[in-house]
Amino acid sequence: MNTKLATILLLASATGLTACAKKAPEVLPPPPATDTAPTTQPAPQVQPTGPNVGTQQHFAAALGSSATIYFDTDRYNVDSQDAAALQAQAQYFARYPQITFTIEGHADERGTREYNLALGERRATAAKNYLVSLGVDANRIAVVSYGKERPVALASNEGAWAQNRRAASVIIN
Amino acid sequence: MTKKLLFLLTAALIAAPVAAQDLGAAVGEGGPVERVAVDGEEADGPLRGTVTDESAWSDIGIAIPAFATDRDRPTAANADGTGALGREVARVITDNLRNNGLFKPVGPDSLPQPAFTQITAPAFTTWSGRSAEMLVHGYVRARDDGRLVIGCYLYDVALQNELVREGWVVAPADWRRAAHKCSDLIFSRLTGESPFFDSRIAYIAETGPKDRRVKRLAVMDSDGANHRFLTLGSATALTPRYSPDYSKILYLSYVDGNPRIYVYDIGTGKQTLVTENRSPTIAPRWSPDGKSILYAMAVAGNTDIYRVPATGGASVKLTDNPGIDVGGSYSPDGRKVVFESDRSGSQQCYIMDADGTNQKRISFFGGRCATPEWSPRGDQIAFTRIAGDFNVAVMNTSGGNMRVLTRGWQDEAPTWAPNGRIIQFFRTEKNTGRSGIWQVDLTGQNERRLPTPVDASDPAWGPIRP
Repeated sequence: MNTKLATILLLASATGLTACAKKAPEVLPPPPATDTAPTTQPAPQVQPTGPNVGTQQHFAAALGSSATIYFDTDRYNVDSQDAAALQAQAQYFARYPQITFTIEGHADERGTREYNLALGERRATAAKNYLVSLGVDANRIAVVSYGKERPVALASNEGAWAQNRRAASVIIN
Repeated sequence: MTKKLLFLLTAALIAAPVAAQDLGAAVGEGGPVERVAVDGEEADGPLRGTVTDESAWSDIGIAIPAFATDRDRPTAANADGTGALGREVARVITDNLRNNGLFKPVGPDSLPQPAFTQITAPAFTTWSGRSAEMLVHGYVRARDDGRLVIGCYLYDVALQNELVREGWVVAPADWRRAAHKCSDLIFSRLTGESPFFDSRIAYIAETGPKDRRVKRLAVMDSDGANHRFLTLGSATALTPRYSPDYSKILYLSYVDGNPRIYVYDIGTGKQTLVTENRSPTIAPRWSPDGKSILYAMAVAGNTDIYRVPATGGASVKLTDNPGIDVGGSYSPDGRKVVFESDRSGSQQCYIMDADGTNQKRISFFGGRCATPEWSPRGDQIAFTRIAGDFNVAVMNTSGGNMRVLTRGWQDEAPTWAPNGRIIQFFRTEKNTGRSGIWQVDLTGQNERRLPTPVDASDPAWGPIRP
């Protein structure tokens, strides 16, 4: 548990640093004057902080690729890789019990529209049921299916379809 | 406890946009077209040798010169008056017959224009000299109340006989309906088949990139004219179905954030949920008499088919199976329903009685069977066949005589013309995800794309209009 927590904190602070680095000024500061004694660099006034708890950014930073699970064609079972990801999610939601979230179920484009809506619902529900079995209160979890309406990978090939057959957890703000 | 409260508040926020609207202004459908007696000799009985062989239809040469007018008068239907309108009517009829691959029509732009007096007394030698076998004449007359009388006559040139005639009184805005009625009159008389031109199509208009597609509910005439958007596009709309009387449209909308079936009243612009339930509802279908609605609902992740009275009330669960059961379509007599289920492990087509009893799989030809739609004639079921690519196919009601009609990469969701002779579907392009509505006849010939202002999917062909 402690190592997990440490990892999460590490991840969070790493994201904070990245965010800071992106804000680097485009123009270099002028070189220090040579005739003055070198002064010690003042400590940064604002500590680098990650996104706030309760935001999707915080969840995504903490979970990484474990925020989404993936399925085989027409399948909705939770395999061992999905189980590991959902365990990571369950730990996050145990740590932040005030957070509610939606599981979005999706299908790839190689299915008929209405069947895919039903399939997305099935996938999201499978993820939800697994989280509930790990102790997450069912009342904190909403489920919505988008069928094949919201792909993340846009090509028409096996690789893209594999990325689109997914159940993604999304924090409700 | 606070957790619960928080969630309830959040849930309330999600549910709050019940008032959320994605609807455009309401415009009601026109009513029935009034028929009127037209001048001419009495038709002399049935056509000798009704054409029923499909291959022969397309060889019939039909001349369709401009419709005449008794006197050129201004009309709201055409800025150049009733004379110009007569030419437009003939063009619409020509396009209808040509685009559907049914006949070899020659339109008004390459034909002499008959005088008003010739409409009931054609100059047959002129037309036989042009190798026309059939001749269409007609007229447009503006009445003093602003409405139009449009007469339509079909002649056999070789026999020098009138085969059929009919006339309609229409508001100027409905002039195309008279052209469609005339097309239907010609088609039915020459083929012995039921009419289909005077009908409308509900569909989904698509714009935007593949991952942020904007999908709007839209309607149009069977030839793509009189196009109108019904929703604004802020919420995804899917899978519309016209009610048998064209007064309502069932469709799926994400307007409250979840997939839900709504009953949209075209005249009043109001819409209601098909059932008051927190579970998602998909795949709406009307019964042939318009009194019942089939829909599928996912409860705890499992989708089954339900029936509810169109006026609201208690739903009846028709399937109860751990597989996905979805997309029921009634037989024309309303006694049976064909639907798809993956209870066997993959999507296949099943038939049951309308009360849900006697569920029986009918598709056993390899590949998958999805989106079955019962023909209005009752003898065939069209469906999406998935065997590598997605194609539109038909089979008889026992699952026999399966025939694949299209060869696209992804052809999906067939819908029948009111006469059961033509099927529309939508075709999605590989990679780009762009889509369009296509149609094909039962021979698999005469495949063509329908003109739509933007990309299009989920066509639903309504019945013949009154």
